[in-house]
Amino acid sequence: MAFRALLTRRTLAAASGLGANGGVATSFRGLQTFSLPDLPYDYGALQPAISGEIMQLHHQKHHQAYVTNYNKALEQLHDAMSKGDAPAVVKLQSAIKFNGGGHVNHSIFWKNLAPIQAGGGEPPKGSLGWAIDNDFGSVDALVQKMNAEGAALQGSGWVWLGVDKELKKLVVETTSNQDPLVTKGPSLVPLIGIDVWEHAYYLQYKNVRPDYLKNIWKVINWKYASEVYEKECP
Amino acid sequence: MSANTMSYHWGKHHRSYVDNLNKQILGTELQGKSLEDVIVQTYNNGDLHPAFNNAAQVWNHDFFWDSMKPGGGGKPSGELLKLIERDFGSFEKFAEEFRAAAATQFGSGWAWLAFNPRPSDGKELVVLKTPNAVNPLVLGYTALLTIDVWEHAYYLDYQNRRPDYISIFMEKLVSWDAVSAKLEVAKAQAA
Repeated sequence: MAFRALLTRRTLAAASGLGANGGVATSFRGLQTFSLPDLPYDYGALQPAISGEIMQLHHQKHHQAYVTNYNKALEQLHDAMSKGDAPAVVKLQSAIKFNGGGHVNHSIFWKNLAPIQAGGGEPPKGSLGWAIDNDFGSVDALVQKMNAEGAALQGSGWVWLGVDKELKKLVVETTSNQDPLVTKGPSLVPLIGIDVWEHAYYLQYKNVRPDYLKNIWKVINWKYASEVYEKECP
Repeated sequence: MSANTMSYHWGKHHRSYVDNLNKQILGTELQGKSLEDVIVQTYNNGDLHPAFNNAAQVWNHDFFWDSMKPGGGGKPSGELLKLIERDFGSFEKFAEEFRAAAATQFGSGWAWLAFNPRPSDGKELVVLKTPNAVNPLVLGYTALLTIDVWEHAYYLDYQNRRPDYISIFMEKLVSWDAVSAKLEVAKAQAA
């Protein structure tokens, strides 16, 4: 299963007619639809930490499927609501949580990663760096904690570094399946999310999730995490 | 299902569940109990004890290998086919329901054909999907057939294309003999 040529996201975008900004469009019925956001880097740009093959599948197949199914579920929800069909509305909640959550989480994930040349792996400076030292002792200690929780997660899910915007405290949390971080606390804002679904690493790391977790920090985009943190804790 | 997948699935995943379960129960009161007893006890009516995941996954994978054979596929026959037709209408309708359950189990999990000894609607055969390590044992049913839909079961061979994996399982791998044998046992126990 060798990818002889990794298509860059730009080539693909041109080929498939995707817009330059993944985002929201409005259909003729006034219902907002969502589209797959572009990656800010090429599929191969995170190697060797994450293979180009995985990045391409993860973005073009998995994330795209969440977007497609989220739009479908929203349309069905719109119908059910306009008909006043309460059982149908309730029944659609899990599809919305799965697929909407998948879209939300992956949109954050792509921003959480950066090629080394673009600062991936560079430790956090400024207020986030201090907060990490304060709350966890050091960045290393935080990484160990997140890796331990990520490795121990049974089944599919995410491990998060978040900030509680009310308490102004950093937290490490896990969520199952595609549950967004906010399901663990309404005031939690995600700073870094690491996807530990098997599709995120299996082709490269097979069953050895701990190796994936160890290596992903080489391409974690702390700059983005700092920006989000500084916005919530100015 | 490639040899590559089998070597990881059986040789790494299944083996880890066994090794880790043994480590977890060593020196505890679970040691020495049957695997089924460990599963039911650690399921704890949904409030899972730490050993549940490993215990149930050991059992689930044993059962999964049993559910398949080289040159499998085709259709069931005899008593099993009769019951399938009685409870689902036709084999095709059962297959559709089973495939749909396998395809729509979100995240990690399993799809099952199971035997319910005390059905409120008279239908003893049921298709279920379960998350992560949960299996029909903890629901009081007898498992007859399973397909693993954790991504590790199909990612090397099919990547994101779970429906293709499910099709191949139904067409080429499922061992209806094994399912029939399990049905016989289930009915004898229920009688």
